[in-house]
Amino acid sequence: MGSNYDDNVSFTDYTLGQEQLERIEHILTEDLIKSGVHSALLIDMAGNIIAKCDNGNCEHDLYSLAALASANFAAVDTMAKIVGEEEFSLLFHKGESESIHFSKVNIEFLLITIFGKEVSLGLLRLKVAEAVEKINNVW
Amino acid sequence: MAYEDNISFTDYSLGQEELERIENVLEEDLIRSGVHSVLLIDMAGNIIAQRDNGDCDHDLYSLAALASANFAAVDTMAKIVGEEEFSLLFHKGENENIHFSKVNVEFLLITIFGKEVSLGLLRLKVAEAVQKINDMWNR
Amino acid sequence: MAFVNMKNKEVQAKIVYYGPGRGGKTTNLEYIYSKFRERIKSDMVSIKTHGDRTLFFDFLPFDIGKIMGYDVKIQLYTVPGQVKYDATRRLVLKGVDGMVFVADSQIEQRKKNILSLKNLQENLASYKKSIFKVPLVLQYNKRDLEKGGVSLLPMETLEKDLNSQLKVPSFPASAVTGENVVPTMKKIISLTMTSLQNVMK
Repeated sequence: MGSNYDDNVSFTDYTLGQEQLERIEHILTEDLIKSGVHSALLIDMAGNIIAKCDNGNCEHDLYSLAALASANFAAVDTMAKIVGEEEFSLLFHKGESESIHFSKVNIEFLLITIFGKEVSLGLLRLKVAEAVEKINNVW
Repeated sequence: MAYEDNISFTDYSLGQEELERIENVLEEDLIRSGVHSVLLIDMAGNIIAQRDNGDCDHDLYSLAALASANFAAVDTMAKIVGEEEFSLLFHKGENENIHFSKVNVEFLLITIFGKEVSLGLLRLKVAEAVQKINDMWNR
Repeated sequence: MAFVNMKNKEVQAKIVYYGPGRGGKTTNLEYIYSKFRERIKSDMVSIKTHGDRTLFFDFLPFDIGKIMGYDVKIQLYTVPGQVKYDATRRLVLKGVDGMVFVADSQIEQRKKNILSLKNLQENLASYKKSIFKVPLVLQYNKRDLEKGGVSLLPMETLEKDLNSQLKVPSFPASAVTGENVVPTMKKIISLTMTSLQNVMK
């Protein structure tokens, strides 16, 4: 038929089985939520939520947040390239009571944590680094 | 529903004299302090005023488009987690860093600087410049 | 919200390509970029997923020369078309001066076109803008598929679905072959510049 147009099904470049997802959720809960993080999301670079865990008190619109976070990460990455940098350092946004931290897990995934004043940025970074390493070991 | 007139005016107007004063502020306060490049942009990504040290050949129109999008995305994420706004944006690279500062509801000040300028000094100088730019409207 | 710089005699205006996912918005910009390569000084910026879908926007600044003594810089943007990216899509519309709605002519996309146009109306309303007042051009894309034997929505159906109330200029087009891509762009630039003339006196 000579059509250049694909159908609308888009597949991801990675596969995650049930067991792997469970292990990831376990890491998010044990390393992050139990350290006082309000909400932890593993998303892919297209803004899909892969895994999420929270302390039960979060009613944020996480799907919009994931779409914005992935778009924003890509925008920042493009800015880095324009000024001649490989990439910029970690992203962190501080609010009055809630803060957001972004960490690149690998080329496919971002880890987003939402946390309050009870958790210091230092502790958070340590815990996120541990979780990122464990998640990378899942593959 | 009451729609605004859609003929596209910016919500602000800047005369020739005001633009010259803004450029002067950018030059005196920021470029002379060692900043590589400074942009005053509006929230739609237009470049209002620009100054650099003569050594920058970054693609500033793309940078302005990305910066306004970055700012808007971060602002929307803040609202999603219940914050009014997040603190200043700052991206650190190996050699070049980017700092964002909200001037007012219409404008962002973007500075690109290297290792010669400390973040502390930069923040001070940016705060002074922001103050001076805002004073132009408040008089 | 075009910015008119009285000092440098420069105008920056924002034109956004909107429409359903996989409709050909990015392909429009890619064609323009390849066609006017020598006039476009910077690279086209595309923020997309690994799967080549627009994630935030494409951005293409385009100097169209002098109008009424002003250097006019048109900034072409696309939005992400996929439904799930509504929050980011809305952000791109901030300060828009003119719009191209790229509809997909394939029969099975009929509903998606209508929903996307409705979504545009809602998102413009969030900036207190009316779809009936913003300079707008419709493009019925992928007409080239007809030659390959694919039956498409007839032009009359597309007009009835999307343009019966708006009554704006519309073009059958093929972004992959480039057919009517440049006329679409020229039309929206002309409508946008007309709306800006009052500020450029």
